Amino acid sequence: MIKLVDVSKHFGSHEALKHVNLEVPTGQKLVIIGPSGSGKSTLIRCINMLEKPSSGQVIVDGVDLTALRAPVAKVRQQVAMVFQQFNLYPHKTVLENITLAPIVVCGVSRDEATESAYKYLDRVGLREKADKYPAQLSGGQQQRVAIARALNMHPKIMLFDEPTSALDPEMIQEVLEVIIDLAHGGITMVVVTHEMGFAKEAADRVIFLDDGLILEDGTPEHFFENPQHDRTKLFLSKILR
Amino acid sequence: MSELLANIGFLQEGPFSVPRWEALFSNFGVLVDGALVTLLVASLGLALALALGTAIGVMSTSQWRVPRAFARGYVEFFQNTPLLIQVFMIYNALPIIYPRLFIPVIAIGIMGVGMYHGAYIAEVVRAGIQSIGRGQLEAAVSQGFSYVGAMRYIIIPQAMRVVLPPLTNQAVNLIKNTSVLAIIAGGDLMYAGDSFAGRFGHYGPTYIMVGLIYFLMCFPLAMLARRLEERTRAA
Ligand SMILES: Nc1ncnc2c1ncn2[C@@H]1O[C@H](COP(=O)(O)OP(=O)(O)OP(=O)(O)O)[C@@H](O)[C@H]1O
Ligand SMILES: [Mg+2]
Repeated sequence: MIKLVDVSKHFGSHEALKHVNLEVPTGQKLVIIGPSGSGKSTLIRCINMLEKPSSGQVIVDGVDLTALRAPVAKVRQQVAMVFQQFNLYPHKTVLENITLAPIVVCGVSRDEATESAYKYLDRVGLREKADKYPAQLSGGQQQRVAIARALNMHPKIMLFDEPTSALDPEMIQEVLEVIIDLAHGGITMVVVTHEMGFAKEAADRVIFLDDGLILEDGTPEHFFENPQHDRTKLFLSKILR
Repeated sequence: MSELLANIGFLQEGPFSVPRWEALFSNFGVLVDGALVTLLVASLGLALALALGTAIGVMSTSQWRVPRAFARGYVEFFQNTPLLIQVFMIYNALPIIYPRLFIPVIAIGIMGVGMYHGAYIAEVVRAGIQSIGRGQLEAAVSQGFSYVGAMRYIIIPQAMRVVLPPLTNQAVNLIKNTSVLAIIAGGDLMYAGDSFAGRFGHYGPTYIMVGLIYFLMCFPLAMLARRLEERTRAA
C-alpha cells in the first residue's frame, strides 16, 4: 500500500531522512516513534508529498508519487492526514469542515456528503456540534472533528502526526479512544506518537527513527521488550519511567 | 473702517466672488456629469484592479517560480512608474503600435487605474495570504485540493478579513487617481470642473466644489476602512 524506496530528504545541509526503505502492507497499523528532530514528521509527510523527497521513490497504492507529473492530488484524496495542530478550517462550521472536500474535490453530492458526515460525527461523538465553529470547541473536540473530516474522504490510508501532542492531558484519552477504535477496522494507518500505551495497544508494527535512520522495526513486543540498539534503550528508559 | 469696507469687495469681485459662485451653481449639471463618469471609471477600474490584484497576489505566493517572477515584475513595474506615464502610454503609444485600434478615453482610464491599483492590491492580497498559517494550505492540499482550489475555498476567504481595510484604502486612492483622466480629456469630474473653470476663470469656487465632491465620494469609504480595521483588531 505504501512503499518508500531509498528516500532521503535534505533541508539545506541537514539530512532529515537518510536512505529510508519502508513498506507498509494494506491494513497495517504502523507506529513511528523517535526522539524530537529524528525525522518522524518528515517521513510521514513524504507519504502524501507534503515534503518532496530529495531522492528516492514514494509509491502509494501503486502510484509513484515522485514521478514527473504524478497524480499527487488524486492520490491524496485516498490518504487522509490528521495534524498535530488539527488545522480545521476556522471560517467553516464543523459540518462544512467535514463535507467541503468531499463535495468540491471528490464531487460527492451535498446530501451524500452530509449524511456520511453525520455518521462520522456520531462515531467521534460530536453530532451535536455540527453547526459550531472550530473556535467554539475544545482541543480534544477539534481533533475528533479533524478525524471525522479525514474519515469522510473514505480514505484507504490515514496518517496521524502526533495527534495528541497539542492537547491538554485530560483530552488525550478521548482522542486516543477514537483512533484505537479506527485501528480495529481494516484501514491502513501510520501514526507518529509519543503515546507508548497506544503503540502497545493498537500497533501491529513499530519503527524507531533516530537521526533520519530506522533503527528498530518490528512488533510492539519486540520494540518494548527486546530493543536491539543502545539508542533505543536509552530513549525507552527516558520515556518509560 | 473704510479698509474693512474695501475688503468686503471680495464678495463683488476677485477669485471667490458671489457671481462666480452663482455661475457655478447654475451650471452644476456639468459637475454632476463629470462625477458620474468618475464613478463609472472608479467602479469598473476597481473591479479590474480586484481581479488583477487577486490573481497576481495568488501568483506571488505560488510555489512555482515562473508565476512568482511574473507577479514580482508586474508589481514592481506598476508601483515604480507614475500612473500618468502608464496612461500616456496607453493613450499615445498604443495607437502608434496598432493604428487601427481605437480605445475610448473612459476605457483608458479604467485600464490605467485598474492595472496600477491592481499592483497595490496584489501586494495587499499577498500579505493577506501570508498571514494565514501554513497548516491551512497543508490541510487543504492533503485533502486533494489543487493550489488554486485551496486558495479559493480555504485561504482567500480567511485572508479577506485581514485585507478588507487596506483594500478599502486602495479604493479611496483609486477614486482620487481617476483624476489623471483630466489630462487626456476624459470627461471625468476633474476634467469637467477644470474646463468649466477655465472657460470663465471661475477657478476658485469650482476647485473647491470639485474637491468637495471627491471628498464626499472618498470619506465614507475611509470611515468604512477605519471601522473594518477596528473590527479586525477586536477579533
Ligand atoms: N522545513 C524545514 N526546514 C529546515 N529544517 C527542517 C524543516 N523541517 C524539518 N527540519 C529539520 O529536519 C529534522 C527532522 O524534523 P522532523 O520535523 O521530521 O522531526 P520530528 O521527528 O517530527 O520531531 P518532533 O518530534 O519535534 O516533531 C529536524 O532537525 C528539523 O529541524
Ligand atoms: Mg514532528
